[in-house]
Amino acid sequence: MRLSRKWLSEYTNITASSKEYADRMTMTGSKVEMTEEPAESIKNVVVGRVVAMERHPNADLLWICQVDVAQEEPVQIVTGAQNVSVGDLVPVALHKSLLPGGVKITKGKLRGVASQGMLCSLSELTLDTHDFPYAIEDGIFILQEDCKPGDDIRPIIGADDSIVEFEITNNRPDCLSMIGLARESAATFDTELKLPDITPVKGTGDIREHLAVEVENPELCPRYTARMVKNIKIEPSPKWLRQRLRAAGVRPINNIVDITNYVMLEYGQPMHAFDYACLEGGKIVVRTAREGETMNTLDGTPRALTPDMLVIADLHRPVGVAGVMGGENSEITENTKYAVFESATFSGVSVRKTAMALGMRTDASSRFEKGLDPENTVRALERACQLVEQLGAGEVIGGIIDVAAPAQEPSRLPLDADKIRALLGADIPEEFMVKTLVKLGFEVENGIVEVPSWRGDIEHYSDLAEEVARFWGYDKIEPTLFADKTGMGGLTEEQALTRQADALCRALGYSEIYTYSFTSPSDANKISLPEDSPLRSAVTILNPLGEDTSVMRTTSLPSMLQTLAVNSNHRNENVRLYEFAKVYRPCGGTLPEERVMMTFGAYGDMDFYGLKGAVEALLSGLRVKDVTFTAERENPSYHPGRCALVRSGDMVLGVLGEVHPLVAKNYDLDRAYTAELDMSALVACRDKEPRYVPLPKYPAITRDLAVVCDAKTPVGELAACIKKAGGKLLRDVTLFDVYTGSQVPEGKKSVAFSLTLRADDMTLTDEHADETVKNILTALLDAHGATIR
Amino acid sequence: MKEQLEKLRHEALNLISGAADFSALENARVRFLGKKGELTAILKQMGRLSPEERPIIGQLANAVREALDEAIETRRQALEEKALSERLVKEELDVTIPGTPAKMGHRHPMSIVLQEATDIFVSMGFSVAEGPEVELSEYDFDRLNIPVGHTVREWQDTFYITEDEAVHLRCQTSPVQARVMEKTQPPIRIISPGRVYRKDEVDATHSPMFHQIEGLVVDRGVTMGDLKGTLNALVRKLYGPETKTRFRPHHFPFTEPSCEVDVQCFVCGGGGCRVCKGEGWIELLGAGMVHPKVLRASGIDPDVYSGFAFGIGLERMTMLRFDIDDMRLLFENDMRFLSQFQGV
Repeated sequence: MRLSRKWLSEYTNITASSKEYADRMTMTGSKVEMTEEPAESIKNVVVGRVVAMERHPNADLLWICQVDVAQEEPVQIVTGAQNVSVGDLVPVALHKSLLPGGVKITKGKLRGVASQGMLCSLSELTLDTHDFPYAIEDGIFILQEDCKPGDDIRPIIGADDSIVEFEITNNRPDCLSMIGLARESAATFDTELKLPDITPVKGTGDIREHLAVEVENPELCPRYTARMVKNIKIEPSPKWLRQRLRAAGVRPINNIVDITNYVMLEYGQPMHAFDYACLEGGKIVVRTAREGETMNTLDGTPRALTPDMLVIADLHRPVGVAGVMGGENSEITENTKYAVFESATFSGVSVRKTAMALGMRTDASSRFEKGLDPENTVRALERACQLVEQLGAGEVIGGIIDVAAPAQEPSRLPLDADKIRALLGADIPEEFMVKTLVKLGFEVENGIVEVPSWRGDIEHYSDLAEEVARFWGYDKIEPTLFADKTGMGGLTEEQALTRQADALCRALGYSEIYTYSFTSPSDANKISLPEDSPLRSAVTILNPLGEDTSVMRTTSLPSMLQTLAVNSNHRNENVRLYEFAKVYRPCGGTLPEERVMMTFGAYGDMDFYGLKGAVEALLSGLRVKDVTFTAERENPSYHPGRCALVRSGDMVLGVLGEVHPLVAKNYDLDRAYTAELDMSALVACRDKEPRYVPLPKYPAITRDLAVVCDAKTPVGELAACIKKAGGKLLRDVTLFDVYTGSQVPEGKKSVAFSLTLRADDMTLTDEHADETVKNILTALLDAHGATIR
Repeated sequence: MKEQLEKLRHEALNLISGAADFSALENARVRFLGKKGELTAILKQMGRLSPEERPIIGQLANAVREALDEAIETRRQALEEKALSERLVKEELDVTIPGTPAKMGHRHPMSIVLQEATDIFVSMGFSVAEGPEVELSEYDFDRLNIPVGHTVREWQDTFYITEDEAVHLRCQTSPVQARVMEKTQPPIRIISPGRVYRKDEVDATHSPMFHQIEGLVVDRGVTMGDLKGTLNALVRKLYGPETKTRFRPHHFPFTEPSCEVDVQCFVCGGGGCRVCKGEGWIELLGAGMVHPKVLRASGIDPDVYSGFAFGIGLERMTMLRFDIDDMRLLFENDMRFLSQFQGV
């Protein structure tokens, strides 16, 4: 909402500078977005009278003017305009002057003749013929104002104003008006508020002889009021009115249209004027549009109307989209003789949906959609009629049509000063509260507050508390800490564990990423998910921004691969990444199951065992127990020979491996390695906290053991077999070599382990060790056909 | 024999003190003091001596042995010292050559800021609550005093999952307030960080998915002063103890009174600059006293309890903190970006 300080001064007298005004209004809740100072964009431009003119000796189209600017001598100015005559009053940009847009004018020579400035056109002063209808677009602005040579041009063209742009919150549609902001301003600066004195114009005759109004959908139109004007003389509005509209950012059109716009700006109540001659049947029907109805709006655009849109119609056809825009078919024209002023209240939701469906948010619709005060309709209507008389734009017809639901009782609530003080934590005197509320238009009597009709947002004592606090000053509320109310904070086990995992990942050389939770449905194909994979059933966004972000991910793999691809494209080498990635899996309930997958991804200086080592370190660092890795050949996203399921006991924690070459290719990656671990499974599979175990008293014996077995036998199974056969003396089994080649028969491999044997109660002898190794060898032979090498 | 011993002593001491290395020294030791060495050989002749001579020669022989032992030890130490100093010289490195790289991962800048904020709140007695991102409109809208017809419910603003509008992607972390209040009676003191979704096209300052940190305190007698004190504590820990804040009246459906909190621009100190767009203040978060309707909707009696709530945009905080000018960088995860926030 744009506010003209000049216009504001009609309602309340505030002398604060622009900065102070903006700061204080912001701190009482009317946030100032921007202040414009038109006066500062124009400097050293004055009124001049052309006292003599002669043709330029070297240019047919140029004139040399002598211009009286109330200095000792007239100034000489060369102009190319052809509309200037001796005796004209014109705007003169003198030597070292400034025009809007930062244009600087200095003296100079035009074709050899000195020129000490410039005569200005409308557009050079950012004006047009709507501001000064008597002037012309192409040529110098010949002033017909009450002014004399030497006068500053700024007050004459209304550029002596200061414009304040407010951000108005949704709960305060009343502040989308001069009067609303004047009320807030007067309360902020504690100045007197003078509202326009509206005495309803009686008029002649009776509107009911001309017009009938029927509201078919009262739930969408709680109040519809109308008055009529006859013998209209369409002409430009007076300058004061045009300048106020211009300051508010509205283009002046003609007196009748300008009046409706002026009243909207002043009262916040959008109005519309119909040409009565265009209303067939002398009737206005407020109804929903009929299937297939169309209408051209005032902007000349054809609109297809639908039955959920509220329209203003005459007997046969729509003549306006309610609360959005009038129709071209009933527009005020130069020939309009009788006009109908409409001032109504429409359902905010309905107006918003209609405006949105038609793709046209107007000044009117943006006000209606916030829900307007039905009590304001008549005030605005009477103000418009008053202006018609004042401007001599026509004759007001007697009577008013007012189709309204029964008026609501004003809402009342007690002023509980103690509760307000307690909520705010500020010792605000009751007198201050009363005074503030009264300034804002509330009535306070015997501790009961009556809420003004335009403040539908006030329902509870906390709402009153806000009104009081805004003007008391939020900054005056003492900051306190609820120190006496002890509470125990902290992280849950899972949250703490997540942090630990986070630190471990970084220590292992992996960097954290954040990726979008929504992905493309085509990701399922890119990672080769089978057609019947449950991961293909995803939570789907019905109104996504685009296909690429239309489903909630069920797997974190595509985002990771995508991120690896981005890095690979940027030629980043040896990339290692991790993410705590939420996935969203439909589970039959109303809401999906949301799980965090710890996801790893790497390429470059990396192989299967490199990633596996990191995963092992992570799991051990998180004390996940009984971890095993088994070959997983069925996961289509992974290399069938380089993929492992990770388990803790029987519970599957996740998967890790080299990305399937075809999947990698889909992301333009060479070899890539990823792992996906279910965070909640990790939490569930933690071992209990360790307890101290006494350090060994007796020395250990180590034995190296190399066996030859079938090349396909997994080392993990050999190690498990050794552990089982080794009994309680065997304390550690460490793989140190796997060999295939010339020393080993075709189809076989040699696997070497280092065994550590120890007893708690004695020093082991070689005989003990030999016996254990013998048992192990027997077991290996039996289970895997492995023989000592 | 005496002369033999003296000669041996003389010769041995010369050899020992002249031994160039450990093996020459060892050779000398074996030659003179070994089992088959020269001293032993001389002593074997002791039998031929008279009883009077024997103790004298014996004493002399012992003295020679001791002298040789001592000389060997002295020489050995000297050789060791020499060897050590030679080794130290030989092993000198160019310490200006870079160290072997240790691979360290990097924290995402948003995690840095999130953990900092979380730690501050945890130290003030807050717990961390979580809630679903695919959320029921009941929690995200109805319970938060956002009635049917409110503009944020529009399909152009919110991502819907079901046609009947019952399920959508939450557009704020505030539904966690309702979920916590439904399950817990006061005192309540939680923060809830998480992802939220709004239908904004991606650009330098917008993302259809972003993060918020929600905060909620409900108890008997909680005041707006407490809200100010808590948020001041956060801001001062994040941006320094001298940081000034400004609580500006605003409107949110779920709080009353409501405010927006600005911090004095930490780039220009309030004078006005590019970062604060000339205002001297930077908008940081929205907050307010929990609306009585919101308390009641989740089963808490607003006549007994009061509370405050706030919502902080994590992207915004992170971008301000590290002077990041494009939000897209936060979700692109380019290593050249991620690796810039080491040691924070």
